[in-house]
Amino acid sequence: MEVIEKTEIKNKERQILEVNALESEAIYIFREVASQFERPVLLFSGGKDSITLVRLAQKAFFPAKIPFPLLHIDTGHNFPETIAFRDKLVKELGVELIVRKVQDSIDQGKVIEEKGKYASRNGLQTTTLLDALEEFKFDAAIGGARRDEEKARAKERIFSVRDDFGQWDEKNQRPELFDHLNGKIELGQNVRVFPISNWTELDVWNYIKKEQIEIPSIYFAHKRKTFFRDGMIWSAEDSVVHREDDEIVEERMVRFRTVGDMSCTAAVLSDATTIEKVVQEIRNSKISERGARIDDKRSEAAMEKRKQQGYF
Amino acid sequence: MQVLKIATAGSVDDGKSTLIGRLLYDTQSLTTDKLQAIEAKSKANGFDYLDFSLATDGLVAEREQGITIDVAHIYFSTGKKSYIIADTPGHVEYTRNMVTGASTSQASIILVDARKGVVEQTYRHFFINNLLRVKDVIVAVNKMDLVDYAKDNFEKVKADFQNLIDKSDYQDQHITFIPVSALNGDNVVENSNNMSWYKGQTLLDHLEALDAQDVYEKAQARFPVQTVIRPKKDEYHDFRGYAGKLYGGELSVGDQVTILPSMTSSTIKEIFFFDQKFDAAGRGSSCTITLTDEVNISRGDMIVKSNEIPKVDKQLTATVCWMDNKNLNPGTKYFIQSGSTRVLAKVNEIFSSVATDFTGEDTSKNSLALNEIGKVQIQLSKPLAFDEYSNNKASGSFILIDSQTNTTSGVGFIA
Repeated sequence: MEVIEKTEIKNKERQILEVNALESEAIYIFREVASQFERPVLLFSGGKDSITLVRLAQKAFFPAKIPFPLLHIDTGHNFPETIAFRDKLVKELGVELIVRKVQDSIDQGKVIEEKGKYASRNGLQTTTLLDALEEFKFDAAIGGARRDEEKARAKERIFSVRDDFGQWDEKNQRPELFDHLNGKIELGQNVRVFPISNWTELDVWNYIKKEQIEIPSIYFAHKRKTFFRDGMIWSAEDSVVHREDDEIVEERMVRFRTVGDMSCTAAVLSDATTIEKVVQEIRNSKISERGARIDDKRSEAAMEKRKQQGYF
Repeated sequence: MQVLKIATAGSVDDGKSTLIGRLLYDTQSLTTDKLQAIEAKSKANGFDYLDFSLATDGLVAEREQGITIDVAHIYFSTGKKSYIIADTPGHVEYTRNMVTGASTSQASIILVDARKGVVEQTYRHFFINNLLRVKDVIVAVNKMDLVDYAKDNFEKVKADFQNLIDKSDYQDQHITFIPVSALNGDNVVENSNNMSWYKGQTLLDHLEALDAQDVYEKAQARFPVQTVIRPKKDEYHDFRGYAGKLYGGELSVGDQVTILPSMTSSTIKEIFFFDQKFDAAGRGSSCTITLTDEVNISRGDMIVKSNEIPKVDKQLTATVCWMDNKNLNPGTKYFIQSGSTRVLAKVNEIFSSVATDFTGEDTSKNSLALNEIGKVQIQLSKPLAFDEYSNNKASGSFILIDSQTNTTSGVGFIA
């Protein structure tokens, strides 16, 4: 990448680096992970949060390459747009991409596919993830979870220690003070790292807009065959979701606010076809981002339970 | 957009969660699905009002017991600022959580129940804000609706609080008193019609008006090196960048600098942020610096201006807040970590334990238990560059890491 000599462009006007506190904090965290751990990995889902993480990692180590690989836990239920996007990005960055598939965990008999109309592979990812961490001896897994997403995540640390079984002991977390991040762990333990802990959904979108970061097309309004279930809009364009006969398919103008597993991610009605319109829509929105996550609706403590077991 | 981090501490009954819920509600930060969940839960619990604490208490154990155990982070934004609230419990057994919440905050809200006035917990909250030098403190005198919005109750709290302020050694702290009713919304976001005697700002107006100089003390520039960037690419063959986060002050291209602890000197050649070069970097920026000379610098070293050298020593005295179930005893070895530096250390001596209610020090103590605060002397295995906490929060604070369990056992503020 070319270095822009800002000083020359602006005719010797003094250029002072303005601080974006959230960006600066995230970059600081990335540099701590790279320095404190032997084998970090960035968990990459192809969603906007992990794409934002990639940009922040680029900034943290420029002009050097991102010093760790990306890991995608593939549920097999991805939006095709996300996979195409992932492969293009990895090529541009010149970083290593590791893909581990939930289907393999199912074939090996480690997890059992859920049945029925709400069947989802979202929960099954945990086993595949933990196996992948063990296979590559990763001691730090960097994720794009944010504290504003969900109230169990609001209690999450930036360096969150997991035991040999990947479990989160939420009542016994290390205190985190100032910028002194304690990454010391025992053999077998690993750490989940959340550089954008303090960002809100709107912060992420504003950043994508300001940085002109490319994101998968499903985040923008598009025509899609959908049906209604439990007051939410489901995609009917694939065989992943088991649709009942009385659930009528109609083409609607929709977009996705999160890009999880297709079986647990609902769409929202939208005509936001550009990043500016998306930011405006989020600003005016009265529904939280995870309001469209079917996996969270299972119970009030759904996320806390999944996290205890080693979920992202 | 500006980000302001605020710490809140309070007991179960002060209405702290209600106050935060009210801030969220009145700034339209609660989305419909969250609000519906609160409505449903409030109804199920048999309340005839909205229990906003349900918006903030995230863990199952907390919802069961109706208390806040851990630090929770709550986010909301106005058009002007983004706010992060670190919400902590107020009981003495959660002192460490309060210290944690205050450590990253630039402002703090202390809640006082207008009926009860200043109580033991208020002392502790103020003490911690004082110890951590949180510059802007708001004393929200809550439940004014339950004392018929009487000015007398408010004035009594102010007068009692003044006794604490007189005992403080941090005279630059800004302290603002605001009478509120979190339940009804008086003076939280909207001005109150019930307290015409109060001429000050609402809580939110006060927060919105805060500026960098209102929440940060002037300090010298400290640049602890996190990592050395060597791209190993043809176009950057000889590139050696020192990456870190800048604390305290500004650094500019051309500045004469000294590298600690080696005391070698050089000059700043370039300041990078991603693919752009700048003439100067401000406090808080995560940038990459190159120097005119080839000097030996590695992670944990600190770059400072040559006329602003901090202390470099193998011994320091500090006030420590203990956070571990295992007591701190003299002679025990810990890792001391300040930012990117981590060295083995030994706690030589515990001078005293400090009461969190301003009643003084107990010099007979020879160990510190969980949630206790004390003054200690620490011996380091290698020289460390540091400041007094009152001069620079980042380079004046550290954590102690248990060398067996790896847990963060305590936090220290250098004297």
